[in-house]
Amino acid sequence: MKLTIEFGGGLELLCNSVKVHNVKVDPQDGEEKLTMKGLLSWVCKNLIKERPEMFMKGDTVRPGVLVLVNDCDWELSGQLETPLEEKDVVVFISTLHGG
Amino acid sequence: MESNGGDASQILGEIESLKAERKDIDDRILALEAQLREISITNGTVKSDASSPSVLKAASHPNHQLSPDAIYRYSRHLLLPSFGVQGQSNLLNSSVLVVGAGGLGSPALLYLAACGVGHVGIVDHDVVELNNMHRQIIHTEAYIGLPKVESAAHACRLINSTVKIVAYKEALHTSNALEIFSKYDVIIDATDNVPSRYMISDCCVVLGKPLVSGAALGLEGQLTVYNYKGGPCYRCLFPSPPPTTACQRCSDSGVLGVVPGVIGTLQALEAIKIASGIGEPLFARMLLFDAFSGSIRMVKIRGKSLRCEACGEKSAFTPAYFQEFDYEKFTNSPLSAAPPKLNLLPPDSRISCKEYNEKVLGNEPHVLIDVRPAHHFNIVSLPNSLSMPLSGLETRSPEISAALNEAQPQEGGGSSSGAHLYVVCRRGNDSQRAVRLLHNMGFPAAKDIVGGLESWAREVDPNFPAY
Ligand SMILES: [Zn+2]
Repeated sequence: MKLTIEFGGGLELLCNSVKVHNVKVDPQDGEEKLTMKGLLSWVCKNLIKERPEMFMKGDTVRPGVLVLVNDCDWELSGQLETPLEEKDVVVFISTLHGG
Repeated sequence: MESNGGDASQILGEIESLKAERKDIDDRILALEAQLREISITNGTVKSDASSPSVLKAASHPNHQLSPDAIYRYSRHLLLPSFGVQGQSNLLNSSVLVVGAGGLGSPALLYLAACGVGHVGIVDHDVVELNNMHRQIIHTEAYIGLPKVESAAHACRLINSTVKIVAYKEALHTSNALEIFSKYDVIIDATDNVPSRYMISDCCVVLGKPLVSGAALGLEGQLTVYNYKGGPCYRCLFPSPPPTTACQRCSDSGVLGVVPGVIGTLQALEAIKIASGIGEPLFARMLLFDAFSGSIRMVKIRGKSLRCEACGEKSAFTPAYFQEFDYEKFTNSPLSAAPPKLNLLPPDSRISCKEYNEKVLGNEPHVLIDVRPAHHFNIVSLPNSLSMPLSGLETRSPEISAALNEAQPQEGGGSSSGAHLYVVCRRGNDSQRAVRLLHNMGFPAAKDIVGGLESWAREVDPNFPAY
């Protein structure tokens, strides 16, 4: 399915400084339907070019990264279990601390 | 030359003392004007009492206590149907604390003072620096080297002498935070580091205060309100601190001045909405600002977490627990945006700036690699240094070997007495990482220049541009 994946708050530096990625992703690892869990492993394999530890910790994103599915915190949609639909927009954003 | 130098320092001294005098006089004028205003408010205006006793006095309105001066000053607020007398009266009776008088705090403070928040507090322990003035717009050149709180308080008083301004010239710690915060209705987090953000949020949870949180870096900004009306606190959203390598600083990564300006202004707006009781404060939502693409995205974030260590059902956070909490240990980073000083290498893999300078003056054959990012190298660099950014250095072995061969002295030719390899960066941290990498790449004699270009400017060449 077609998805838009965006990185912000400095995470884009891990993908050659490209913030917006329009991609086509199929269900991963025997999933019937693509979920955030499958998308995360796809993103790691296909979009993250350096320092994967700055993006992932264990099987989820590292502390300090907000994940938004269609502008909504993934905590509200089931985190890793969040099902994805055609044309969904997934945003990974690192929290900022500067002032 | 010497007499010129003497004249210059005499003039500089005179400027300094005149500036100090001017500041004293300004402060006295402001205090007297405020005193006069108090008298006018209690006696009616000075003029009308003296000259026209027969004029019918405006009835003081039963629904509010706005003075004639306040009505005039805030008239454009009063004319807003949705804000009006009630909003302004609430504002005048409210108090807002701004932690940090930097890029976010500057515009926030200017608006809070101008709009008539009754009592504004400012916490900051830093001094005004020239390389921050592109974004810390409340400060003027006259205050360089002086405490930011004094500069900010002075600017606020110049804008609105009727506002009570309290300046706390101290760093925020668990030992003073509860006492300071307890005096204010709304807290604004305008700091620049992770431990402060956790500490400020926890303190707000302990005291039940709404927290307007903003952050900016590069061309991006973020804004939300924590601990308000059942919304989340900072820990609900970020239960664990990020790895220290993920915490970029404005002094390393840069920041476009107007970006914290936008976010700081929005922080003032959220504080004004909460303090006046007008509008819909931005809680359980977050505003993400991308200045590069010109986009503002409003996203829905989780509510209060029942399992939150600060505001959840089983929270241990009492005032006493808060005061004992070690935020630097929890986040593994210091309560200031000061860059770390690493020490990764044995002394024989290091060389001081002065020693390096002697080697250059003695024409010692060597290669100097500058491992800063290319856009840093474009700002300023040492003569004859080769730009090879740390990221990607592992692929540059052939170039380094070629450069060493070229630099090698023609006669003698013993491979052991070949050219030396030195590494420099901005502050002396990345150069150590690079030397470790070079040792593994087959350059065991590589050495880093301790303290980097900052030390070079301090110890060898005072005219070398700092940034
Ligand atoms: Zn919480």
